[in-house]
Amino acid sequence: MSTALGRGRRVRRFRGVVRHLVLLAFLLVMLYPVLWMIVSSFRPNHLVLTETGLIPSELTLENYRQGWNALNKPFSTFFINSFIVTIGSIIGNLTSCSMAAYALARLNFTGKRLYLAITLVSVMLPIHVLVIPQYVMFAKVGMLNTFYPLLLPKFLATDAFFTFLMVQFIRTIPRELDEAASIDGAGPFRIFWSVILPLMRSALATTTIFTFIWTWNDFFLPLIYLTSTPQYTVSVALNSLVNDQTQQGTGMLLAMSLLSVLPVLTVFAVAQRHLVRGIATTGLK
Amino acid sequence: MSHRRGLAGTAQRKQGKVAHLFLLPWLLGLVLITLVPLAASLYLSFTDYNLLSSPNFIGLGNFSEMFSDVRFWHAVVVTIKYVLISVPLQLAFALLLAMVLDKGFHGTSFYRSAFYLPSLLGSSVALAIIWRQIFGSDGIVNSILSVIGIGGTNWLQNPATALDTLVVLNVWTFGSPMIIFLAGLRQIPREMHESAEVDGAGPVRKFRSITIPLLSPLIFFNLVLQTINAFQAFTQASVVSRGTGGPVDSTLFYTLYLYQQAFLNYQMGYASAMAWVLLVVVGLITAGHFFASKYWVFYSDGS
Repeated sequence: MSTALGRGRRVRRFRGVVRHLVLLAFLLVMLYPVLWMIVSSFRPNHLVLTETGLIPSELTLENYRQGWNALNKPFSTFFINSFIVTIGSIIGNLTSCSMAAYALARLNFTGKRLYLAITLVSVMLPIHVLVIPQYVMFAKVGMLNTFYPLLLPKFLATDAFFTFLMVQFIRTIPRELDEAASIDGAGPFRIFWSVILPLMRSALATTTIFTFIWTWNDFFLPLIYLTSTPQYTVSVALNSLVNDQTQQGTGMLLAMSLLSVLPVLTVFAVAQRHLVRGIATTGLK
Repeated sequence: MSHRRGLAGTAQRKQGKVAHLFLLPWLLGLVLITLVPLAASLYLSFTDYNLLSSPNFIGLGNFSEMFSDVRFWHAVVVTIKYVLISVPLQLAFALLLAMVLDKGFHGTSFYRSAFYLPSLLGSSVALAIIWRQIFGSDGIVNSILSVIGIGGTNWLQNPATALDTLVVLNVWTFGSPMIIFLAGLRQIPREMHESAEVDGAGPVRKFRSITIPLLSPLIFFNLVLQTINAFQAFTQASVVSRGTGGPVDSTLFYTLYLYQQAFLNYQMGYASAMAWVLLVVVGLITAGHFFASKYWVFYSDGS
């Protein structure tokens, strides 16, 4: 009896070890491209294309020095631009979507159902049916090659996904809290500011994280609107590095690529628990 | 009585005003950023607008031009291939890994985060750059293949394989549907599996009769979401092919061709028509998914 139990435990432990080995091997294959980028960005250029392993034979910072100044503006410019656009988008989404969501979830007015339906439908609207007239419009008012075409829509609650997410979240907050505040004499603005906003912190955090990642990675819109080098965001700058790349340029391309994903990796490291929960709950609801 | 109703009426109207103050940015956005451009692009799709001269109405000219445009059909075929191959593979990987991680052993949260990482990076220009390197003629893929004695190719320069590298890239980002599946699997009561085992069901039977039906709403959700996303994929094809969609248009995604027409050739009427075709097709496919879902998606609350 005791030997049978002991054997069962040993079999289970052996299975556990095998499972970990298989998963780790699969993970290594999956993450190999990223790991290779990290290592190769420190390799001298003539070794980048010949060394495919993860242990570098020589290390250098030359790729970073070269890449940082490869375009006619240093990469610091592009990072500052990307941060302006990203942080502006976050502020825009947080304010405009939370205001709209509060009205849609809590206040009574005619047309509410229609507004909600519009929000839901616009989540699925591809940007391509809007972008051409938007471009013409922004061109007419002289806003091409500025950040306004990227930022203004965010301040007008056009990321319907987040509005919808916040509506769903506010609906889970007990109405008694609003009513109690209302009895104490608070109006809708006071209730929004002091009751609802503090209680929807987790939805606001989800919005912040996803806006950060999506805006930072965005390529299509900056490519269309930002036409001169001083206005480039990091993603557009990287793309123009690719377009005038030569064989000697691979090392610096990898170095700048690595720098470009560091902000996203940092957000991931800091917020991964919240991020995973965000996906799971928005997926379900 | 009527006095009270009158009071409630004013309160209602007052709340309506306040609501519209809260909705002011949203309403402005709806009109300026969504509705007007939507109508304008529908109008432009019937014109020859080229940004420089004012639009002339040409009826269905753009649509009939599309019919005979070889590159247009090429873009359609490339995009459909990409969607049909990469989305099912991506979801299969997502489901497989979610089921493995649902066993709840030590370190699952580490694996969950690590497998999710590619989803964060997948849409970035940086990742497309890495893909260019690893699938290049001197890239890692070829050097690994040469170790096991298989001669590689320049995956990106070869029209027969260039699209495959982008399919691999999309499959690689299975992390976010995986997390959604994982959340769904956690909702399935353990007793279901146990009672099925008592009744003598094996793992295949349990998968088919418990996991798939109970997870079907999420499979449906991921399928719709990833299909819509895949139809609109742009960045990876654009960066990997240096904006050309080459070699010989083998990576000419629909949105990339649309971008070329609108913003490189300034054929904005034609591009608007293409955008509306995309909208209608994606809308029809989504509607089709919803229609088909009646036959295979199972909602446990009976709705």
